[in-house]
Amino acid sequence: MHRTTREPLRDMEKNNKSKNRREFLQSGVRLSLALALGGVSGLSLSKAIKDDYVWQIDPFACTQCGRCATECVLNPSAVKCVHAYDLCGYCDLCGGYLKPDSNARTTAAENQLCPTAAIERKFIEEPYFEYHINEDLCIGCAKCVKGCTSFGNGSLHLQIIHDICLNCNECSIARMCPSDAIKRVKASEAYNIKGDWTKPTI
Amino acid sequence: MKKLKYILYTFAFLLLTVSVYAQQQRFPKPEFDSGYTQPSTITPEPRALQLEYFDVLILAIFLAVASYLIIKKRSRRGILWLSVLALLYFGFYRNGCICSIGAIQNVTLSFFDATYAVSITALLFFVLPLIVTLFYGRTFCAGVCPLGAIQDLVIIKPLSLPKWLNKTLGLIPYVYLSLAVLFAATGTDFIICRYDPFIGIFRMDAKALMIILGVAMLLMGMFIGRPYCRFLCPYGVLLSWMSRFSKRHLTITPSECIQCKLCSKSCPFDAIDYPTNEKEVVKSGLGPKRFITYALIIPLWIAAGVFVGVKSHTFLSKANPDVYLAELLISQPEVKNDPDNIDVQTFLASGKSMETLVEEAEVIQDKFYTGSMIAGGFLGLVIGMTLLNTVVFRKRQDYEPHKGNCYSCGRCMDYCPVEK
Repeated sequence: MHRTTREPLRDMEKNNKSKNRREFLQSGVRLSLALALGGVSGLSLSKAIKDDYVWQIDPFACTQCGRCATECVLNPSAVKCVHAYDLCGYCDLCGGYLKPDSNARTTAAENQLCPTAAIERKFIEEPYFEYHINEDLCIGCAKCVKGCTSFGNGSLHLQIIHDICLNCNECSIARMCPSDAIKRVKASEAYNIKGDWTKPTI
Repeated sequence: MKKLKYILYTFAFLLLTVSVYAQQQRFPKPEFDSGYTQPSTITPEPRALQLEYFDVLILAIFLAVASYLIIKKRSRRGILWLSVLALLYFGFYRNGCICSIGAIQNVTLSFFDATYAVSITALLFFVLPLIVTLFYGRTFCAGVCPLGAIQDLVIIKPLSLPKWLNKTLGLIPYVYLSLAVLFAATGTDFIICRYDPFIGIFRMDAKALMIILGVAMLLMGMFIGRPYCRFLCPYGVLLSWMSRFSKRHLTITPSECIQCKLCSKSCPFDAIDYPTNEKEVVKSGLGPKRFITYALIIPLWIAAGVFVGVKSHTFLSKANPDVYLAELLISQPEVKNDPDNIDVQTFLASGKSMETLVEEAEVIQDKFYTGSMIAGGFLGLVIGMTLLNTVVFRKRQDYEPHKGNCYSCGRCMDYCPVEK
């Protein structure tokens, strides 16, 4: 208080004037910033969607390069092999389960294609077997997918499992995917399971 | 008769193979006699949309509470606890994703990619803190941002940096912002997310390099307050623009400043401006002459920025995988024989012609040309304006927070001995 009283009246008036001018300028700039912000959000709002995005693999574009196992920010990867049972032939000699060059058709570990033995084989009836993926063991390396796609029906394929996936703003696997098979999809249609989902015809 | 049977069999076989082919199934699904029921493929649902909206609600509540605590309640303790809550929720529970800083890229991409539409949650995360900052200053930085919170909590003995260093390092966020927008607009990369130093700590799991970067940033943060916020954060650039012209802002004293200087020692971010000493200003020769010179060379700075941008666009465009692949195939055609190069092998197997690839790469490179030109010009303007600001003389009688740089953390309020 004491400082202002010491100042001559004329100075105070001058101060007030410059203060008013500054306040006027400030509110002008504030208004234009608000308008700019409104413009940007309005423009993107005109395109915005209510649904959220998640990342998913197009199994028909996937080339089974193996990067899903190594590029995910999670270890083990959120990408797992899923089994579209509708397409499975239930073969005894399974291209996804057994190595193509295995000497004998036994289910010994050295004959299995999966490096973590995540594929569980169950006898159903002669000569059919069911193949089930143990998700806890699967690392998403796509070795079985390659085998199944090359020698079988292609019922084994990779998908991003959404209760594991962190849904990064940009998927670090998508960046490295050589065939651009990982894309944003709407969260309401979060999976591309072969059989229910067919190759989009463009 | 036998022959007819044989022909019929062959015919049936052919028919069967055709139908199998139509189903794209080499081995038809068997019909089971044992009453086997086929299990269904398990597809766990992604995080519910309601929960995403809940995040936005939490953000809005936190912003409101932070502004209330700073402007009305003037409580440092309150804002500290709020920032701890924000760190727990947005940091450790939500793993640092979704965040307002990264949302810059989503909004940018929605402008430049016709096939991409930003989700409302991401848009709100981008816009809400900016609006609140326009009214109450950077209360978002103080109590809501998990990246700010984790750095604020580790400050032990903050050193005061010289003014020139603060100003120079303060230009880095502008570079970071320009690059982030450029890379997002060209659909190349989301660099803000990829090089987020604290996300590894939030997730407690990341590549070694990211962990080292995060820990190094925190160690540095013990002595230099909030290094990421001050010298890297691209969202901070936008927030500081808003905050400079905010309607209200944190004030150090509740009533009249008694010039005790206690607050100036309390700020770890060198964000408090001292009262001006007019005699010193006159002596140092800062005046209208210098102001005019600096203002006149701004176009030169812009021109220099545009020049640098144009010169660096080919280098920058190599970050785009398509451009990189095209350049690799042109400069080193022998990589086609390298079976270990997955990108090249996938391209060759895809049946896409070299011409299409080069054409696509050229389109992206053109985008980079325009983009880096604009980014360079913008950076030139920023450098020019920063220099101009150093010679602008503003009268100040009291110790005041620098509205652009102040994070509204409230330490100065806490130190101020003046009672209401």
